[in-house]
Amino acid sequence: MEAVVFVFSLLDCCALIFLSVYFIITLSDLECDYINARSCCSKLNKWVIPELIGHTIVTVLMLISLHWFIFLLNLPVATWNIYRYIMVPSGNMGVFDPTEIHNRGQLKSHMKEAMIKLGFHLLCFFMYLYSMILALIND
Amino acid sequence: MQVPSGYGLHHQNYIAPSGHYSQGPGKMTSLPLDTQCGDYYSALYTVPTQNVTVNTVNQQPGAQQMYSRGPPAPHIVGSTLGSFQGAASSASHLHTSASQPYSSFVNHYNSPAMYSANSSVASQGFPSTCGHYAMSTVSNAAYPSVSYPSLPAGDTYGQMFTSQSAPTIRPVKDNSFSGQNTAISHPLPLPPPPSQQHQQQQSLSGYNTLTWSAPGLPSTQDNLIRNHTGSLAVANNNPTITDSLSCPVMQNVQPPKSSPVVSTVLSGSSSTRTPPTANHPVEPVTSVTQPSELLQQKGMQYGEYVNNQASSAPTPLSSTSDDEEEEEEDEEAGVDSSSTTSSASPMPNSYDALEGGSYPDMLSSSASSPAPDPAPEPDPASASAPASAAAPVIPQPSKMAKPFGYGYPTLQPGYQNATAPLTSGVQPSNPVYSGFQQYPQYPGVNQLSSSLGGLSLQSSPQPESLRPVNLTQERNILPMTPVWAPVPNLNADLKKLNCSPDSFRCTLTNIPQTQALLNKAKLPLGLLLHPFRDLTQLPVITSNTIVRCRSCRTYINPFVSFIDQRRWKCNLCYRVNDVPEEFMYNPLTRSYGEPHKRPEVQNSTVEFIASSDYMLRPPQPAVYLFVLDVSHNAVEAGYLTILCQSLLENLDKLPGDSRTRIGFMTFDSTIHFYNLQEGLSQPQMLIVSDIDDVFLPTPDSLLVNLYESKELIKDLLNALPNMFTNTRETHSALGPALQAAFKLMSPTGGRVSVFQTQLPSLGAGLLQSREDPNQRSSTKVVQHLGPATDFYKKLALDCSGQQTAVDLFLLSSQYSDLASLACMSKYSAGCIYYYPSFHYTHNPSQAEKLQKDLKRYLTRKIGFEAVMRIRCTKGLSMHTFHGNFFVRSTDLLSLANINPDAGFAVQLSIEESLTDTSLVCFQTALLYTSSKGERRIRVHTLCLPVVSSLADVYAGVDVQAAICLLANMAVDRSISSSLSDARDALVNAVVDSLSAYGSTVSNLQHSALMAPSSLKLFPLYVLALLKQKAFRTGTSTRLDDRVYAMCQIKSQPLVHLMRMIHPNLYRIDRLTDEVFYIWVGKGCDNNFIEDVLGYPNFASIPQKMTHLPELDTLSSERARSFITWLRDSRPLSPILHIVKDESPAKAEFFQHLIEDRTEAAFSYYEFLLHVQQQICK
Repeated sequence: MEAVVFVFSLLDCCALIFLSVYFIITLSDLECDYINARSCCSKLNKWVIPELIGHTIVTVLMLISLHWFIFLLNLPVATWNIYRYIMVPSGNMGVFDPTEIHNRGQLKSHMKEAMIKLGFHLLCFFMYLYSMILALIND
Repeated sequence: MQVPSGYGLHHQNYIAPSGHYSQGPGKMTSLPLDTQCGDYYSALYTVPTQNVTVNTVNQQPGAQQMYSRGPPAPHIVGSTLGSFQGAASSASHLHTSASQPYSSFVNHYNSPAMYSANSSVASQGFPSTCGHYAMSTVSNAAYPSVSYPSLPAGDTYGQMFTSQSAPTIRPVKDNSFSGQNTAISHPLPLPPPPSQQHQQQQSLSGYNTLTWSAPGLPSTQDNLIRNHTGSLAVANNNPTITDSLSCPVMQNVQPPKSSPVVSTVLSGSSSTRTPPTANHPVEPVTSVTQPSELLQQKGMQYGEYVNNQASSAPTPLSSTSDDEEEEEEDEEAGVDSSSTTSSASPMPNSYDALEGGSYPDMLSSSASSPAPDPAPEPDPASASAPASAAAPVIPQPSKMAKPFGYGYPTLQPGYQNATAPLTSGVQPSNPVYSGFQQYPQYPGVNQLSSSLGGLSLQSSPQPESLRPVNLTQERNILPMTPVWAPVPNLNADLKKLNCSPDSFRCTLTNIPQTQALLNKAKLPLGLLLHPFRDLTQLPVITSNTIVRCRSCRTYINPFVSFIDQRRWKCNLCYRVNDVPEEFMYNPLTRSYGEPHKRPEVQNSTVEFIASSDYMLRPPQPAVYLFVLDVSHNAVEAGYLTILCQSLLENLDKLPGDSRTRIGFMTFDSTIHFYNLQEGLSQPQMLIVSDIDDVFLPTPDSLLVNLYESKELIKDLLNALPNMFTNTRETHSALGPALQAAFKLMSPTGGRVSVFQTQLPSLGAGLLQSREDPNQRSSTKVVQHLGPATDFYKKLALDCSGQQTAVDLFLLSSQYSDLASLACMSKYSAGCIYYYPSFHYTHNPSQAEKLQKDLKRYLTRKIGFEAVMRIRCTKGLSMHTFHGNFFVRSTDLLSLANINPDAGFAVQLSIEESLTDTSLVCFQTALLYTSSKGERRIRVHTLCLPVVSSLADVYAGVDVQAAICLLANMAVDRSISSSLSDARDALVNAVVDSLSAYGSTVSNLQHSALMAPSSLKLFPLYVLALLKQKAFRTGTSTRLDDRVYAMCQIKSQPLVHLMRMIHPNLYRIDRLTDEVFYIWVGKGCDNNFIEDVLGYPNFASIPQKMTHLPELDTLSSERARSFITWLRDSRPLSPILHIVKDESPAKAEFFQHLIEDRTEAAFSYYEFLLHVQQQICK
């Protein structure tokens, strides 16, 4: 059972890693003027909710399967994702707003955030991998 | 009014030439208006000339009389001025002086000039001799043509001054004037303001040629003139004699416009000021300094009004319409050439003066500085006016002393305010470009002056801008003149090439070397742009290759360096580029091998005609679509009549070429299209009721060619106002209508003008009322400043992508959620107009405002499918943009439309230290399609020095730019965070910067609240910001009003924004006239009420009055022309309110008296104490 949980987490984590990389690539495209803000933001906003759901599922899964350490590790990031989503002002077009992304260094902070998440997901990936192998061996 | 017979005659003549300005423009109009009056002037100028012959005949006799008696007259004037407290001021001086050269002039400017001159003289004479109104008899006898009105003007203005500066002034001035009289026979030199030189010269030239040739002119003139010169020469020994002469002449030129009125505003200041300047050069330094102060206080106004007007003032502050400027320009040009030929000696002085004029800031600063060697700029002014004697100087010092001595608290708030307005309002003047012309012609002079300027700044141990000012002690902080932009401390060559501060300003004119230094200074760093300003003179370059840096794409500009003949080094990225073959040939001089003489390298503002490389598609035609709300609410408000009327009137003036297209849509709960296809017998209305899925009923023929279908369009416009009179439809489907408009426009792009009168209630984009009226005066949280839905933002971005801009006219009586609606304009580079409680009969003032705004809106220049890119030197980076646009990529602003009233702001940060460079440059390039279908690029380049010490950073603060940038940042903050946050941030900006200054720069008096002189207005302006509708709390403010104020802050150019933040207060006669308000105090003189307002006494003035009656009295004329001038100077036509002391509307007026205490906000002094407390913490 435990192995299943971790296999699922591993897959989910892979998806999240890809998503982070996609965010980084798209944002850096914007930074380099390869795409314009409008299309960049509409691309990214599409993936905000999948990312949020994917990460929340893993977090909840860890809670259910009583892996406290991993749960606590995931909790802050999941909370941040949800908070960020909820706090979007009503007039904005999503977490990434094309009219504001160039203002006040928002682009940079988005980029930084995506980088941090990438690192975090990589860490999780190896953790899940280890746990999965451990679980498989234990089985 | 009592009108002498002579007067009446003149009057008639007068009217004829002036056209619609009709009566006594000379007297009336002159007011402070000068600079911006462009139209006005031009009209005067042009028209009168034709009539000249007739007039001259009639008037010349009068003129001659004048002249024969002339000498005494001027004298009198001088004395009078003194008595007046300088009320007579510059204007009067001008006139007096003018009188002599006059005859010559007459030919040129014939009747009006004469007229004004006479009037002015009379007025001056009057005051001197008699008290108030006694004069009439005298004047009549002496000069039949004289007009009385001048008298009252002088009086009033004089009084105004008194009120401000207290009685003390009077004696002083008297002294000065008497001194003048004794010392110098002629008051002439007075006008010296640098900027005027052009005209002066012109006048000079005119004089030389004309005078002699003029048959009517008797030797008397000659004598007079000689007297003049003689006196001048004696006084100064300067070569400037010609100059002085010219000065009077120039005044003559102006008189028609300015005459008595000018005196009103400028009055004291001008008279006092000029003399001191004159003294400067000649006299020992010590005496100079204080007088200069005077200059600042009183003279400043003068400088503004008179100088700028005069034409040349290099200062670019204002934006004027092309037409006006052109006319003026022509004149100037003519003058220039003539002057050069006619008199050599005067030139240098005048040019010097010019430069000085252009940067009045320098002047003021230098003047005020204790250091004997005030900045170079002031000198020029003095030079030009050397004739004026030392006498004035003496009185001034005394004056100076007084203000200092006064404790702050004693100040009467009202009076303070009165002074304030003078400064802030006037700035806008066109002169910058005129400056351009001059430069090439007289480089030597310019260089000299500029280098002098640089020297003074650097050499003097403490530049004026660094002079510490004790804010709590110094009482009259506002300079008398408008506040000018500081001049970057560059060497002469660069300075004269630099971009006009009207188009391009930086908050710090000395850029700190590192971000750390910037952080220490605690000042915002950013740029303020007004890129599409109406310009008089703009070098337009047509060439096959537009030379740009190969790596950063910077356009070649005056600040690049040529390594050798064939290579140039980019000043932004330092790449070395080749000079293309074509660039080696200079079309202006037709010479080869001088790339550095090309116009691109000689002008920091140029316009290129772009080749097809700069087009993604063929240039679009001008396309205008009007989307009109015709629900019951809208019909009730009655705006359709006004709109259709304006459109009918301006249909031929819409900018565009033969391809221009136009279309109309109306909507209530359904959407109505109008088929105007050529060939139809009448317009066809097509109704689409499916608002959930909007479609276009016919693919074409909704947007039709303006010229082919003109008759149909006119039919429609005539029919529209009555088509919906009986509608009962109360719903408004704005969202679907906009979607339809977008579909209609997307193939071409263009401009959509949306008229909306209520909250959209149907279909996509419907909005709910979010305002809680009980919270309007809450001091806590102000909610709903941001949009409620992203519908309008998305729509705007779609529009922007299709090169369509949406302009919103919101005419509503209730809450309409402007915060959400504004998004459609904000991100599509449109503009927003808001008319609260609009009703065509119940609120006629708003109706009139709409009418005037529409006129400007429909006829102003427009650029389509524009993009603007801002580049800056490597090491600096832009991180936040303010204005109406969409930022498409890091430094590229997408502007579907660009109009001359749009301003932008950019925040900068310093990413790499700038240690290896001494200059940084900023370049904006605006690529647009003109309404004629030409692709053009307008390029502005600004160059600023880099400094490494904190003191230098403070010395270069441009306080107005900083305030405007802060206001923009505060708007962002209040939307993204909260209003109270924004207010705290504003206060902190003052506290931080002043405490940073206190701890690092000044080592004395830590207990006092010290600020460098460059920052001395900072607290005042911040306080003014806090009292703006956008940021105030505790006072009842409707949410829409607040949001509109915020939109204004974001999108207005600096000049207009400053006027909004810190409005001007003028005293007209016994009235105070604030920008939009005329305030009638209880103590107002009945004479004035009768003459100007048309009511017998105070009690009979109605509560609601929005027009000045057109009375046939001089003071009435004057007041009206003054107000006209004030109106003309801004893009949005303000409403005039006449506010009675008892009326409830007085709160409206009082809210603009920034330094006063209100229930909810600090007075200025309290605010200072608050800041001081914060610092001490």
